[in-house]
Amino acid sequence: MLMFALRRILVSIPVLIGITLILFIMLNVVPGDPIALMMKEHASADVIERVRAQMRLDDPLITRYLRFLWDALHGDLGNSIKLNRPVTDLILKAFPNTLMLAVSAALVSWVIGIPVGILSAVRRDSFIDRFFMGFSLLGVSMPIFWSALLLQYIFAMKLELLPVSGFYGWQYMILPAVVLGWSSAGVIARLMRSSLLEVMRLDYIRTARAKGLRETGVITRHALKNALIPVVTIMAIQVAGLLSGAVITEAIFSIPGVGRITVSAISSRDMPLLQGAVLFATVLVIFGNLVADILYSVLDPRIRAQMRKEV
Amino acid sequence: MSRSSDLTDAPEALEEASFLRDTLRAFRRNRMAMLGLGFVLLLVLGAIFAPWISPHDPYRVALDEQLLPASTTYWLGTDNFGRDVLTRILYGARISLVVGIVPSLISLSIGTMMGILSGYLGGRTDFVIMRLADMMIAFPSLLLAMVVMYTLGANLLNIFLALALVGWASVARVVRSQTLALREKEFIEAARANGTARVTVMLRHIFPNVIPTLIVLFTLAIPEAIMWESSLSFLGVGVQPPEASWGLLVAKGKEYMFQAPTVAIAPGVAILLTVLAFNFIGDGLRDALDPSMKD
Amino acid sequence: MTAETILSVRGLCTDFSGDRGNVRVLDDVSFDVGRGRIVGVVGESGSGKSMTALSLMGLVPQPQGRVSARSITLDGRDITRLGPAGMRGIRGRDIAMVFQEPMTSLNPVRRVWEQVGEPLAIHHGLGRRAIRARVLEMFELVGIPEPQTRLDAYPHQLSGGLRQRAMIAMGLICEPKLLIADEPTTALDVTTQSQILHLMRDLRDRVGTSIILITHDLGIIAEMCDEVNVMYAGQLVEQADVFSLFETPSHPYTRGLLASIPRATEPRAGRRMPSIPGMVPNLARLPPGCRFNPRCGAAMPVCLQRDPVLTGIAPGHAARCWLHSPNGDRT
Repeated sequence: MLMFALRRILVSIPVLIGITLILFIMLNVVPGDPIALMMKEHASADVIERVRAQMRLDDPLITRYLRFLWDALHGDLGNSIKLNRPVTDLILKAFPNTLMLAVSAALVSWVIGIPVGILSAVRRDSFIDRFFMGFSLLGVSMPIFWSALLLQYIFAMKLELLPVSGFYGWQYMILPAVVLGWSSAGVIARLMRSSLLEVMRLDYIRTARAKGLRETGVITRHALKNALIPVVTIMAIQVAGLLSGAVITEAIFSIPGVGRITVSAISSRDMPLLQGAVLFATVLVIFGNLVADILYSVLDPRIRAQMRKEV
Repeated sequence: MSRSSDLTDAPEALEEASFLRDTLRAFRRNRMAMLGLGFVLLLVLGAIFAPWISPHDPYRVALDEQLLPASTTYWLGTDNFGRDVLTRILYGARISLVVGIVPSLISLSIGTMMGILSGYLGGRTDFVIMRLADMMIAFPSLLLAMVVMYTLGANLLNIFLALALVGWASVARVVRSQTLALREKEFIEAARANGTARVTVMLRHIFPNVIPTLIVLFTLAIPEAIMWESSLSFLGVGVQPPEASWGLLVAKGKEYMFQAPTVAIAPGVAILLTVLAFNFIGDGLRDALDPSMKD
Repeated sequence: MTAETILSVRGLCTDFSGDRGNVRVLDDVSFDVGRGRIVGVVGESGSGKSMTALSLMGLVPQPQGRVSARSITLDGRDITRLGPAGMRGIRGRDIAMVFQEPMTSLNPVRRVWEQVGEPLAIHHGLGRRAIRARVLEMFELVGIPEPQTRLDAYPHQLSGGLRQRAMIAMGLICEPKLLIADEPTTALDVTTQSQILHLMRDLRDRVGTSIILITHDLGIIAEMCDEVNVMYAGQLVEQADVFSLFETPSHPYTRGLLASIPRATEPRAGRRMPSIPGMVPNLARLPPGCRFNPRCGAAMPVCLQRDPVLTGIAPGHAARCWLHSPNGDRT
């Protein structure tokens, strides 16, 4: 297992480099002078020159990239131009909030999605099935910013049950987590349902019944483990979706997380900040993929065997 | 009971015609899909004829009629500039639909090309393309689109490029797996045995067989593009005012949620209904083309 | 029904309701299985032989399928009276089934010993250690080499033959009165096939399990079975002990089947291989009268009008055919 994890980590490194390289190129090939664009209000020509020299923006791209990586490994992501503070500090302060949001949302999506999917499959074509699947479809089809606004309006403004925005305690996390988790839950529920239905059609389910096992037992002891496998695979993609959604959720609920930093970095054209945030997101994504891969191999012994063969 | 002497039609032509007919019939029977189709048609017509059928002028500012609730004059009320919300939504439909369709076409083209190349040629081409696609899929789409918009600037054309970039990878994956399956079929072997060039095989044999999947993918790509664009515009890095897509309408209406929630809610409903409609059509097409994939 | 009969089936019928109405896939199937005997059920695909097994086990898919019978008596008990809970109680314990596909009939993500021993947990509430010990014994009984190491294996780590042996172990672990084997060797290669068949015969001799052996292969019937039931289009068309069946086949279908076996000892150079003309009928659109009449070389006018009943020809030998019915018109 350790070997497997180590190997996956090793494989992830070139992917990390690949993604960050592409992003670095994109961010730094901006047409027009980045410094001038950022400081257009109050900068004179030689101030711009000085900043450019300080940031060594005239070096070749590949040098800048390698320097960026090197500094990043040492925890230095440069300084935010707008806020004049180290990017690393800003991100480290914002990261826990985003993490909490993402984890709560992920929990919400599993705690709701998986049972709903199972129930819908077991009571196929019943009212419950149709209701849940309709709800899931709705969750998947509503843009997050809209459902966020809607829920914010209903629960916070009208009913005044929950706080509107900000982040001063755990209650402030409820609405954002539900909003973010809802669409994810919809995806998981639908996948869980179709996966379980497919597994129930397989031969070994018939064998389990032939042994005299109760239907509940058939589902929990034979069908579920197999049916969960595709759902776990989804988790890796979920991480990306949660991060995207977090950007919007943080914007609407004024949560001081990495998403909000990203948005303000874009609008104020604060390149180092944006760069740091994007690097951070990449690392999170790769980490999430890793965890999902390991979970996947835990569930399916055939994958473990295949992995061992790949040594 | 066979009247073999009466068969004048070539068997393949008969098969093709009945395949199309069966697919259309299966699709027609799907009520949700037909509903979706009806809605989309209405929407497209409404968008095209917006200037003629809108009750009001979308650009006229009337500060004495700000934030009115729904009434017989203003079916969905007015926004903070006194503009009719319904009209703004109708005009927004033009942008949203275009932003749904064009990037989907682009990402489909790129994705198909990559998928067929990757699946058919295999080897290093396959490896490189698939690694690339994996990276795109793993990375948060919205963030990627945002970075592209940052790099290129926020305008409509760049949105097309950004969304196309985000969407091609999943198309490529699906097309690749179909190509892999097709590659093993005998008629491909026959073509190769005849000495047909690889490009020709890909164009004339693989591609036509992938078309049904492409249609489904296209129908399902449109609502995704609309969702992304509306998110981008909501965050301020998409469509810029005075053009207004639905996402931007929601963003602008957000500030007045308390006084006039309709301004922000209504465009969101439009997004929701459009996304649902396209999803129903896409699902209906998929089920009609390959009922074995249904539950 | 004597103490020598372990299973007595009378009038078994199975119906399926679909969008096109009701289809009767099993019509009035009746037979006995003697204690310690191997009874064969033979027929083409779609003849209803697997459906018979599923119906006996209560594994017919609900709610589309409905099983009814005048009586099904297992070792003295009428099991038609049992509800779903009752059936679950005897499934795996008193009647067990071995399926055709060892590749897909085992759960890929669970260890073999857990699956093979599961009936013990279900019916006898045994604990892990006891189950493992029992499974080990069974593995030895069915001839799995190195049984100790195989216990913790996953299905994909075993060959097809080993998997089938494990399935047989699973079927026998609660010492059922009756074992139903549905094409147990069809998915295996010829060498493994003969090993499995040998194993089954061996088990019958040693343990005394009664077996219903379902197959389409007459060779297996000849080698293994004591009595045979021939099925066609959901009906039982001939019933006999194995010798009588092969020496004096009485139903035209059986005769056709036997005639179509290629024989190496009687080279018929220049002559076509005999086969039964026509196709198995669609159960939703059966021909009037005897179901076999479109393909039967001996069809008489009465065959086109009335469905024949199972008529005795000799002790222990019956056929569903107007040729043997004293009331059949012979114009």
